[in-house]
Amino acid sequence: MAAPESTSPLRQVARRFVRNPAAVAGLMVLLCLGLVALFAPQLAREPLDAIHVDQRLRPPGPGHPFGTDNLGRDVLSRLIWGARTSLSVGLVAMSVAVGIGTVVGAVAGFYAGTWVDLLFMRIAEAITIIPVYFLVVTVVAVVRPSLLNVMLVIGLTSWPGPAQIVRAQFLSLRQRAFAEASRAVGVGDARLIFRHILPNASGPIIVSATLGIGNAILVESSLSFLGLGAQYPQTSWGQMLSQGRQFLLQAPWVSLVPGLAIFLVVICFNCVGEGLREALDPKMDE
Amino acid sequence: MGRYLFKRLLNMIPLLILATLLSFALMQMAPGGPENILLSAEDARIDPSRAAVLRERWGLDDPIPVQYVRWLGNVIRGDFGNSYFYRRPVSEVIGAALPATIQLQAAAIILTYLIALPLGVLSAVRRRSRIDRAVTGLAFAAQAAPSFWVAILLIWGVARNADGLIPTHGIATPGVDLETCGLLAVLADRARHMLLPVTVLVFGNLTSLTRYMRSSMLEALREDYIRTARAKGLPEKVVVYRHALRNALLPVVALSGGVLASLVGGSVITETIFAWPGIGRVSHDAAVQRDYTVSMAILLISGVLTLIGFLLVDLAYVWVDPRIRYD
Repeated sequence: MAAPESTSPLRQVARRFVRNPAAVAGLMVLLCLGLVALFAPQLAREPLDAIHVDQRLRPPGPGHPFGTDNLGRDVLSRLIWGARTSLSVGLVAMSVAVGIGTVVGAVAGFYAGTWVDLLFMRIAEAITIIPVYFLVVTVVAVVRPSLLNVMLVIGLTSWPGPAQIVRAQFLSLRQRAFAEASRAVGVGDARLIFRHILPNASGPIIVSATLGIGNAILVESSLSFLGLGAQYPQTSWGQMLSQGRQFLLQAPWVSLVPGLAIFLVVICFNCVGEGLREALDPKMDE
Repeated sequence: MGRYLFKRLLNMIPLLILATLLSFALMQMAPGGPENILLSAEDARIDPSRAAVLRERWGLDDPIPVQYVRWLGNVIRGDFGNSYFYRRPVSEVIGAALPATIQLQAAAIILTYLIALPLGVLSAVRRRSRIDRAVTGLAFAAQAAPSFWVAILLIWGVARNADGLIPTHGIATPGVDLETCGLLAVLADRARHMLLPVTVLVFGNLTSLTRYMRSSMLEALREDYIRTARAKGLPEKVVVYRHALRNALLPVVALSGGVLASLVGGSVITETIFAWPGIGRVSHDAAVQRDYTVSMAILLISGVLTLIGFLLVDLAYVWVDPRIRYD
């Protein structure tokens, strides 16, 4: 049911994306959250560490919509500050992973069958055989726990996925007529890879980047939960959840609310990712 | 089959070397380097004669490539050095934790398959039905739910309602043993302790397997031989469960290696939360305590075990599907 007036492929993709209510809703929520993170200093009612010992573990109510934690800090305010952590870790880690993955996958796919391909893909496999949490927990501990290290470690350990996707794209794209034609007129390899072929593989890369952000947020919150991510005075939803654990029975909101926030954000990224996947590849039924 | 096995094993060698390099690099990156790590784990800082022995054993005065070879030689013989935190050989620490993890993981893996495969089949056979929507929705949610949050929710619910009937931490109740309580009581006690951690692990891994099963089954149902089977008047049950299901299971078997790896990785969080004395918790404690020798050993062993898991899965795949040939 292609509308006659919209012939641009980009517009068609947008059209298909807009028809997916879950994806649009996810995108809206994420845009709002992005604004909240950006304007956290203006929006958060209290600064990051406004401790009120007289207001410990207050249940949700007027003044504190999500209650307060064991140090009397407003959970909503901390949630807003934590949104900064989650989104920035997700974006940075994903950029590192997709950046490395794209270059490695493009080069490996273009020179498929050569030693470069073999070497790159073996390294990618070696990283994937180690269960991801064993790997990140250990490496983060060695390089010292901090949010910056968490971002880098997640990025540096999760590029094999995007690399394999990009490589698969290149395997088929490099044999297409346009690539042959460019080669025939004497376009150099580097230009051919990054200027001619890569733009044609952008769809799957965008999808894996979107899903990658959600995944990075999950890993970061797990690490912060284990005490290996955000360190005081930084905050993170995973860290909030773990601090609330000791007061689970008296004040369940301290743990349950940040967990819900992580859950919703990851769902939104997954919805947008799936929506993009369907919009970019309408032939794909499942 | 012999040829396949040989080539497949050959293929594992570079991966094994890379995994050992990764583990070795970690020791070099750590503050103080291998010298600090290996010596401080055995009190050699206090006793200089002990330090000389250790320097010799790990080749600490040699250039780094030689150190790597020496380290690799020790590791192959099962000598990972001493644990700084436990004051015991690393191999003993890991050996003591392994059974608990295997117990937990075996139950989780079996349950994951028992639940995910029927769900995937059901959702494919009744495509676009209410059941399909419920299953796909559940899978979508389970994928986004942080496992530690699910665990905390369970603990919260259990602590409020079950009145101590379902334990929220540990592997067994102290005092419940074979001599005093009998086999049945011990088994029941173990099962109760496994309930929550296994639930968290299964929930976290349901998604990928259910999805694979669903799409594989949908694909199988579109095949020509299914149309033929229907055309010759076979009952729908036979068509679905004999003809389609058997073929749909093959790709799912092939993907099991990844499922195994993610399950085992999930043990770090699950075991830490439920105080389960397994490899995952040891790995977390080692990271927090900067017990590098233990961390390195776990990294390497988990990599090797996953590799073996992938190998077994591949062999099973070749065995069930004679069409597959290497290359």
